[in-house]
Amino acid sequence: MENTIGDIREMIFDTLRSSLQKLVELSDQTNIVNDLGLDSVAVMDFVMEIEDRLNISVPLDKIAEIETLGDLVFTVRDLKGGA
Amino acid sequence: MSLFDKFAPLAAAYNRLESTKSNPFNVTFDRVLSPTEAKIGNRLILLLGTNNYLGLTYDSAVIAKSVEAIENFGTGTTGSRIANGSYDGHNQLERGLADFYGRKHAMVFSTGYQANVGILSTLAGKNDHLLLDADCHASIYDGSRLGHAQVTRFRHNDPNDLANRLRRLADTPGDKVIVLEGIYSMLGDTAPLREFAEVKREWGAYLVVDEAHSLGVLGETGRGLAEAEDVETDVDFVVGTFSKSLGGVGGFCVSDIDDFNILRVASRPYMFTASLPPGVIAGVMEALHQVRTRPALRHRLIDNARRFYFGLSELGFSLGPEPSPVVSALMPDPETAFAFWSQLLEAGLYTNVSLPPATPKGLALLRSSVSAAHTPAQIDYALALFADVGRAMNVIPLARVRKAV
Repeated sequence: MENTIGDIREMIFDTLRSSLQKLVELSDQTNIVNDLGLDSVAVMDFVMEIEDRLNISVPLDKIAEIETLGDLVFTVRDLKGGA
Repeated sequence: MSLFDKFAPLAAAYNRLESTKSNPFNVTFDRVLSPTEAKIGNRLILLLGTNNYLGLTYDSAVIAKSVEAIENFGTGTTGSRIANGSYDGHNQLERGLADFYGRKHAMVFSTGYQANVGILSTLAGKNDHLLLDADCHASIYDGSRLGHAQVTRFRHNDPNDLANRLRRLADTPGDKVIVLEGIYSMLGDTAPLREFAEVKREWGAYLVVDEAHSLGVLGETGRGLAEAEDVETDVDFVVGTFSKSLGGVGGFCVSDIDDFNILRVASRPYMFTASLPPGVIAGVMEALHQVRTRPALRHRLIDNARRFYFGLSELGFSLGPEPSPVVSALMPDPETAFAFWSQLLEAGLYTNVSLPPATPKGLALLRSSVSAAHTPAQIDYALALFADVGRAMNVIPLARVRKAV
């Protein structure tokens, strides 16, 4: 089960790399909108991929608070931990 | 100027559009001649992007009722129904809608946008859950944000994904409210409503269906997709708009739930807005009467929609998954969509450009909406213009192809 913070980070980064058209260096500091150029719907679509992989639902108000990949990693970890 | 700095990227994109002199977000019609024709300057424009599905905006009876109401009740109500009182017309229209849908209750809002915002923000409270189809309209997302419920998004038209998400919430307290649309406004596709209704029953959730684009369009009597799919008893709330098939402005919600009317003093977007003016109410009443008594309008609309959809398909355009009055041609990128749109307008045809994030999956769309008021000759003229521009821009093959559907 991908439950440690490292596993979750790796899974999120892998999922992102396979869906992004261009090559971007990814880190916890990467800003999802500014650095990756994703619009609001693209962010929600990407989060759906993660939700399926981990069998969780990320509420929209939580997605709205996410700015960086690090925010996403920790939000997902919290939801997974609380499941 | 720092207050506006955050808009810099948006402003840059907008200014790029302005500089091409073909900005789809800034079109003004100098005169409107009929449901299907307008003038920009001295140029006659064929309208194929106004959501005027039944063409009732110039119907003589609708206009007469509207004028009569303005003469008898004035131009505006100058207040909200809660603070300043209702007019008889508001109550009549609500009774008329309830009767049309065979429901106990109806509530009228001042716009379709507000109907969604007012209902969704109020129905689901702090400990409840809203589950939205991924392709739902902005008003549904905005209504969800205004309220205090937890909001979950499920994959578009995917009842299994909805079931998965309901399963994840099974042990979480609170009511679950599912929100879908009859016809989706961007690609014109319909929801698999029977399967969704099954999921709804299995999990004991409530179901809201927005029939904005399907009222007067689908179903034996024009009530929408729920009627067409024979699942009306599973739909707890129908939301809709007056600004498309009914040719006015405003929105509504109907329901059989006994306590429904408490929403009138709980829904802030209902309470703190001026009510619809008498002329609009009377025009919508007459338009609803015509939906009920002139099924030929609906049949003509469907004929026109199929003529246009299959015509574009034969030309080689990639389209939404099924024929409907909303017909969207997929463009390779936003620039092509703008250029295509602009050349059509130059040639005298008005359509819409739809771009992400308003569209699903990052699609750039050239969107048309067909009306019962279009003549077959107008549809064919529009097809000929699409063919010319499409070939000139290499969006479709030069030779006519018959696509396997």
